[in-house]
Order: sequence, then C-alpha cells, then structure tokens
Amino acid sequence: MRALLLAAGSGPPRQAASVQPTRMAQAVTVAGWWLLSLGLFAGMWEVAWAFGWADPLLLPPPHVFLRNFADQAQFFVSSDVVGEESSAGALRSLAMTVVASSLRVVAGLLLGFVCSVTLGLLIRYFKLLGNLTLPTITLLAPISPIAWLPVAIFIFGIGNPPAIFMVFISLFFVMTLSTISQIDSVSRTYLNVGAIMGASRRQLFLHVIIPAILPSLFMVLRMNLFGAWMVVLVAEATGVGSGLGQIVMLARNTFNSSLSFFTMTLIGVTGFLFDIALRQIQRRVLFWVPPSAVGRL
Amino acid sequence: MNPPLVICSDVGKAWQTADTPVVALEGINLGIARREFVVFLGPSGCGKSTLLYLIAGLEQATSGTIESGGARVTGPGTDRGLIFQESSLFPWMTVGENVTFGLKLQGVAALERRQVAAGLLRKVGLGDVAHKRPDQLSGGMRQRAAMARALALRPEVLLLDEPFAALDVQTRSKMQQFLVEVWRDSGASMLFVTHHIDEAVALADRVVVFTARPGRIKSVVPIDLPRPRDPRSPAFHALSDHLTDLLRDEVDRAFAEQERVR
Ligand SMILES: Nc1ncnc2c1ncn2[C@@H]1O[C@H](COP(=O)(O)OP(=O)(O)O)[C@@H](O)[C@H]1O
Ligand SMILES: [Mg+2]
Repeated sequence: MRALLLAAGSGPPRQAASVQPTRMAQAVTVAGWWLLSLGLFAGMWEVAWAFGWADPLLLPPPHVFLRNFADQAQFFVSSDVVGEESSAGALRSLAMTVVASSLRVVAGLLLGFVCSVTLGLLIRYFKLLGNLTLPTITLLAPISPIAWLPVAIFIFGIGNPPAIFMVFISLFFVMTLSTISQIDSVSRTYLNVGAIMGASRRQLFLHVIIPAILPSLFMVLRMNLFGAWMVVLVAEATGVGSGLGQIVMLARNTFNSSLSFFTMTLIGVTGFLFDIALRQIQRRVLFWVPPSAVGRL
Repeated sequence: MNPPLVICSDVGKAWQTADTPVVALEGINLGIARREFVVFLGPSGCGKSTLLYLIAGLEQATSGTIESGGARVTGPGTDRGLIFQESSLFPWMTVGENVTFGLKLQGVAALERRQVAAGLLRKVGLGDVAHKRPDQLSGGMRQRAAMARALALRPEVLLLDEPFAALDVQTRSKMQQFLVEVWRDSGASMLFVTHHIDEAVALADRVVVFTARPGRIKSVVPIDLPRPRDPRSPAFHALSDHLTDLLRDEVDRAFAEQERVR
C-alpha cells in the first residue's frame, strides 16, 4: 500500500519530465510538493490520533488502516460474493475488485463518448433528426444520473450492464449537447477554408468539424471522469454486483471504518491514475493541442 | 481585347443584422483582367473583405451579379483561391497535409499528394517543413504555406484578404516581393485587400479606392511603375501621396461614423 501511495506521489513529476526532459529540477520540485502535501495531511491526522482527539474506531489514522494489508484484502474476494473470506491471493482479489470497477467506468465512458458524439454530429448533419430529438434531450439532460438508477435496474437487472449503463447515462446527454454547441462554435475561418477548397458537406464534417471539436470534447470527457466514478460506486453499492462500491457498502454495514478508509484510498488513487491515463491519451491522440492546454482542466 | 476574368456588375450587399440591415457595398462595377494585379484600398469597415467573400462565393450578393471565367458565381469554386488575414492552417494536420488538403478532397492518392506538397512548398520558398505542425512555423511561413495550399488547386484568381497585416514590417516587405514572384509564375490574377497605401503602390497594376461605408468605388488608380519598385523613388511617393489624398476624406468619414455609433 505504501508503494501505491509513493507511485501516486511520483506520477505527475514523471509526466512533467517527459514533456520537458531538461526540466529535471522542476520535476523534483513538483514531487517534493506532492510528498509535503500528502505528508501534512496524514501527519495532522496522525497527530490528532496520538493526542486522542480522533476516535481510533471512527477515524483510524493512515498507519492503522494501511497497516494490515491482508486483513483488509480479505474482504476483496474474487468470487464476486462479498463478505466471504478469501483464503489466498489477497492481492489478486483486491486487484480484481479495482479492475472490475475500472472496467465498468471505462466501458461506460467509451460507449457514452462514442454514442453521444455520433448523435451530436448526426443531429447537426440531419436537421430533421435535430428537430425530432433535441427538445427531448434538452429535457433529459438535467436529470441527475442517480435518478436513473432504478431504471438501470429495471432494464438490466443485476451485474455489469446496469453499472455500465449508469456511467453511460451520466455522460450521454451532457456530451451530446456539448458536441452540438462545439459544432456550432467551430471557427468560421476553418469552415470557409473547407468550402474554398471544395469540400462537400460530408467532407466538411469529416475533415474539418470532427478534428476541430475533438479537443474540447476530450476536455468534457475528462471533467466527467470523477462523476463517472461517483456513479459507478453508487451503482455497485446498491446491489448491482461487485466492485469498490460494494466494499464501501460492506464497510458501512459492518461498521468497519478501517476498511472504509482503505477503500477510499484505493478509489482516490485509481481515479487519479485514470486522469493521468486520459491526459496521456489526449496528448497522443490530440497531438496538435499544446501541452499547456492539455494540463488545464 | 479578352473579356475580363472576373466581372462585378452593380454588386450590392446588405448584411442582415438584428435591428437594421447594414449596407456594406453599393453599385460595384469592376472587371479584373487575366494576370492582372488589383489592390482594394479603403478605410477599415468599408466592405473590402465583403467584396472578396462575394467573389469567393462564400457569401451571396443582395443585388447585382458576379461572374468568374464566364460563369455566374453562386458558390465557392476551385478556380478562385482565398487567403485569409489570420493563420488559417488546420492545427490537426501537418504543413504538408494542409497544403494538399484540396487535393485530398478531390481524391488524389497520398503518395502523389506528398510529392506535390514538396514541390509547392519549394515554390513558395519553404524548405523541408512538410512534416512540421503549423504552430512550429513563423507567421510569415504560415502565410506562405497558406499560399501554397491555394496554389495547389491552380486557381485562376487568388483572393488575398490583408494576408500580411499580422506580420512585422521587414517580413511584410519580403512577403510582398515574394508574392510578386508567385503571381508571375502562377499566371493567376491577384485580388489583394489592404489598408496600407505603400503596400498598394508596391504591388498593384491598378488600385481600386473605396469610399467609407457603404462601400462604393471612389476611384481606380493605375500604377504604371516598372517592377521591381523602389519605395524611395519620387514616382512611388507621388502615387502614394495621391492615394493618401483620395483616402483622407473617407477615413475621416469612417471615423466620424464610428464616433456617432458610439
Ligand atoms: N458576417 C457579417 N454580418 C454582419 N455584418 C457584417 C458581416 N461581415 C461584415 N459586416 C459588416 O460589413 C461592413 C464591412 O465589413 P468588411 O467587409 O469586413 O470591411 P473591411 O474588410 O473593409 O474592413 C462592416 O460594417 C461590418 O461590420
Ligand atoms: Mg477586412
């Protein structure tokens, strides 16, 4: 677990180093601030515990909830049946739980991104489709994804599909509307260049509009990443299946505060690694966006 | 004599805005000959860009007709290339891909496009930059690349909307000399918009001077100086003074109107 924290701490400096390989000093500085920030936070907690201000049962400090890895990991079972003691391969079970949640997030985001961007493009390409669907989409967009949870369970029952659906729906409407507004704000000059060079409507969409809107859409995707994690945890906690959300619920039901904080640490680190991964993808796929703009959220 | 390549007959354009229509152009009658270099000169806001966009086919005139190469202009066509004031290269393409974008749309194969790109870039004086991204080029180089992109489709007339306005003075004068070379060996007509008097005298066969809005043609001044032109020669100065006199009233009027609007 300590290794995991350290890995998290050295994440951004490594990224900074690959952007500007000559700026080693800068990377070290960033790493330093990370360690200091995390150390301060954990330190204050530990101090509160040492002086007896924080009830060790309710608010166990990091050295307590991170200490006994095997004790914690026993709750992460690979069989998808929470609460059953896992005899061996604690690390493996833990990894599988994290992977199960992560895959739901990835699948939901991927489906949501592809479907909503496609729909947004079709809506602007075919006027009739826009007239038919936009009012409904505009009305459905403000509904909180949590309100979709019963619907997800009615339609998909138990297991992966409802959790994936929840992530999907949390992104879908926002992203569709965002795609449309991005299409409407594509630079007049780019469209004019396309027209002057003899582009047909289809070519204009394919070669000008899609590449022009992708960077901002990716930004929207990144901003919805944490929302997706929230939604997947809720879906898992409400009996959709396995995963980190299920462990959080188990910790609540058994009043296991150590397990609760341990899982929170896992969720934090995983979400953070996800954001790093998305940034890397953004830098490679959207190579024309300057790195400074990629870092901005 | 051959008929003009581009003919504007009684062209007018009123922009539809929220409250009242803005009359940008009125009663424009103009012919541009093959291989002629024509400069539009006028105070800012007088409708020079508007006329260029009408000829390009990006906008429709509200009255009158425009012909290009004997056919009525109803939309953009590859016989007319347009170069914008700001950098208009697509950031998601390399410089080479930008230059041959028009050919790609026409279905020219990738290998041929790469060869054409190399040739075009050489023609506009850009060396080995085909694989670079637009933001790795200087402002002047980007405008050269934009020129190469327009030339790729072998237009009969090249429309240039203040293409050097964003460049510094030294780069600008280099680019002017260079544009004259491109004009010579492409054999295209040039329609060049500027509000710089010296730029007009340096480049034009004929300078079309516009009135303040609504833009009308105030006068057409032939520039009979031999090329290359020396901006310090007395003849250059005389023409530039003449144009300054023609423009002064219009600039004053445009300024007064802006004050009134405010
Ligand atoms: N797309 C547009 N919609 C409405 N008004 C416009 C538009 N483009 C230009 N105009 C107006 O038309 C007038 C002429 O503009 P423009 O042709 O850009 O002038 P110039 O290029 O000579 O500076 C200006 O008053 C401008 O505000
Ligand atoms: Mg203009």
